[in-house]
Amino acid sequence: MNEAARAPAPALSRFSQELPLLQRLRRIFTPRSGLLWRVAALLIALCVVAPVITLVWFAVQGSLEHWTHLLTYVLPHAMRNTILLLLGVGALVICLGVGSAWLITAYRFPGSRILSWALLLPLAVPTYIVAFAYLDILHPIGPVQTLIRDLLGFDSPRDFRLPDLRSLPGAIFLLGFVLYPYVYLSTRVMFATQAASLLEAARVLGESGRSTFFRVALPMARPAIAVGVSLALLETLNDIGASEFLGVQTLTVSVYTTWVTRSDLAGASQIALAMLAIVAILILFERYGRRHQRYASTQRARSVQARQLHGAPAILATVLGLLPILIGFVAPALYLLNETIKHFHTVGAVSDQLLLSGYNTVKIALIATIVTLACGLAVAWAARAIRHSASPSTTKLYARVATSGYAIPGTVLAIGLLSPLMLIDGAAGWVWEKLGNAEPGLLLMGTSIALVCAYVIRFLAISIGGIEAGLARIPPSLEQAARLLGETPTSTLRRVHLPLLRPALGAAALLVFVDTMKELPATLMLRPVNFETLATWLYAEAARGTYEEGAVAALAIVLAGLLPVILLARSQLKPTH
Amino acid sequence: MADLLKLNDISLAYDTAEGVLPVVQNLSLCLEKGHIGCLLGASGCGKTTVLRAIAGFEPLRAGSICLGDTVLSEVGVQIEPEHRHVGMMFQDYALFPHLDVARNIGFGLRRWDKQRRKNRVAELLSLAGLEGWAHRYPHELSGGQQQRVALARALAPEPELLLLDEPFSNLDVDTRERLAFEVRDILKKTGHTAILVTHNQAEAFAIADRIGVMQGGVIAQWDTPYGLHHQPANRFVADFIKREALMAQRAQAYLRGEAS
Repeated sequence: MNEAARAPAPALSRFSQELPLLQRLRRIFTPRSGLLWRVAALLIALCVVAPVITLVWFAVQGSLEHWTHLLTYVLPHAMRNTILLLLGVGALVICLGVGSAWLITAYRFPGSRILSWALLLPLAVPTYIVAFAYLDILHPIGPVQTLIRDLLGFDSPRDFRLPDLRSLPGAIFLLGFVLYPYVYLSTRVMFATQAASLLEAARVLGESGRSTFFRVALPMARPAIAVGVSLALLETLNDIGASEFLGVQTLTVSVYTTWVTRSDLAGASQIALAMLAIVAILILFERYGRRHQRYASTQRARSVQARQLHGAPAILATVLGLLPILIGFVAPALYLLNETIKHFHTVGAVSDQLLLSGYNTVKIALIATIVTLACGLAVAWAARAIRHSASPSTTKLYARVATSGYAIPGTVLAIGLLSPLMLIDGAAGWVWEKLGNAEPGLLLMGTSIALVCAYVIRFLAISIGGIEAGLARIPPSLEQAARLLGETPTSTLRRVHLPLLRPALGAAALLVFVDTMKELPATLMLRPVNFETLATWLYAEAARGTYEEGAVAALAIVLAGLLPVILLARSQLKPTH
Repeated sequence: MADLLKLNDISLAYDTAEGVLPVVQNLSLCLEKGHIGCLLGASGCGKTTVLRAIAGFEPLRAGSICLGDTVLSEVGVQIEPEHRHVGMMFQDYALFPHLDVARNIGFGLRRWDKQRRKNRVAELLSLAGLEGWAHRYPHELSGGQQQRVALARALAPEPELLLLDEPFSNLDVDTRERLAFEVRDILKKTGHTAILVTHNQAEAFAIADRIGVMQGGVIAQWDTPYGLHHQPANRFVADFIKREALMAQRAQAYLRGEAS
């Protein structure tokens, strides 16, 4: 028995010795080791953590004086503003998001079908654009205040004016009305799929509609609300335009001004570190929500039987449902449309600079999308291909790390990327000079490569998530069949998985493309000199207070932003109809 | 005739969170060229794991697998699935949904020259009785047709050994037996060596030259269908064969009673 088992051994050792170099190389890249893919995943994960590590490094390097200066003059004020802003926006998005989700789930009234997807529309309006639009709409001599004065019989803004929008409450109001869809979406999906039997049980047990909401639906939706709120607050923390336009000195704005006006990297890093602490809390909050959501989702999905409303309550419901859409989307969009039409009537054409920044935007968004998808594919494929191997957990860890970039606010990411990028630039310049060339330019910072890096890190989670979901729908037997028909893992990816992933890749590409188009904070800080995108163009116009072509740029961004909202409305809300 | 496939004392196990879970222990078998072998056993006895090990998807913990003169797997070393010249028909057929029938069958013939590939695909289409279906997509086919495409695709690159994983379990009872005979005819006509995995005794007896009754990760008996029936090696095999036969008899009696 023993001899029989040992018999093939010589044959085997001969086999492995005679392996030609080419085959040995091929073995390194084989599926079971999956080395190439794993290395790629590791590198990508490292790129994502690099900015955080350098950030901590620089913050610690900064002298103690720095810290005391920050602690006395900058941080308390900015921290207070940021926390108040987060609390205010959090409360507002919960009210609007949960309220509208419950309205749509529990009642049927004229227009409720349309409202169920239209409530997502404000997602198309970035925070800086809503602030940009409302500063003009609600200006003391703007259309709304003039109308109110006319109705009330006042002649001039001196006699009557609304409270100034340029304030913390103003910022909370505007951010709340564009960010509530995050809560609406997560809560609505929860209500629509989980609630039915529990809610009906509560009704049968004699609870009224209102107390069902407070005693059953709301507690049940808590995990979903946690997920939605943390996403909305991460977005709030990321915002730079709205806070800046509305004169609210948040941490984000402080990081920006500390770096741009005072070129103080250590100081900016220290403020950024404080922001990362808030991010960590928000992520923990989100994880908490997702964990509990998973437990809840084991029940069978069945939609709640909505109650038909008639008469006055029906009209009230329609109005309540319309309100967030009017404020968060319709008013700013109509304003931008009107301004754009006016601009075309008076000037007749857009300036070359605006066209150039539009071209820049599309170009860099395309490049960023392609790189982000490629990196996402590498990470997702590595996580799948090495599933049988000895160390699946490490690859899963890479994927986990690589998807954490979405939580890093744009300004923090930019500050963290500055030093590694400059380091590489310095090294490249040194090599370039040693090779006998004069006057090296900046390889990364001088070109838009730095920007692409930031976009990829920030939006990698979108592409990894989409591709992983797509891969999960492809049965493993297809992969095995292709292998036995003579394909290597990589050619299997090309011949089987890529064609089957096309819808998932397309959706991920659209999301990444539009998010890149809209991105403002990192773009502001990392763009090369004289490189403008639509977002930075708008920011500059608003900062100068010129407002001439800003509306055209803003409208273009909002229109592009509508595409993923349509996609989202179709994919998320279809099954519940 | 010489043995084509040899499993020498192989052991297989899965890594789980709790530790190593042994699935197959010291299993040996030999299969002659041109024969159809079958691993028969209840679910969870490790038969599919053996098949996956022959295909190269499971590493061996002990022993070796040889095909002809080549060592396919040994502890720590294994030839990649794509270099084994082994074909496999999957339980869910694993047809590529984005390719039509002809391109599914031709999938493994990428390195063949165009004319040869075309001829081979045509030959297999007629062998599987699918002429006229070449440009249909998998979702347009019936279960039996899908199964024949899967068989044709696995045979196309002329593998030395064909593996069939529960090939008939997705079909209804009537077509199941007819197709079992059809598959046997096709394999015998082309002279292929094959190993089939099933939990269904009727299938095993309809198709196989050699049957291994598996229990708890070991083969209780590896024999001809005749041998299993008339000289069961132990109590378990005897009971297993008898129980199934008894159930089949009862079912038939019941159906007859219903009909009359």
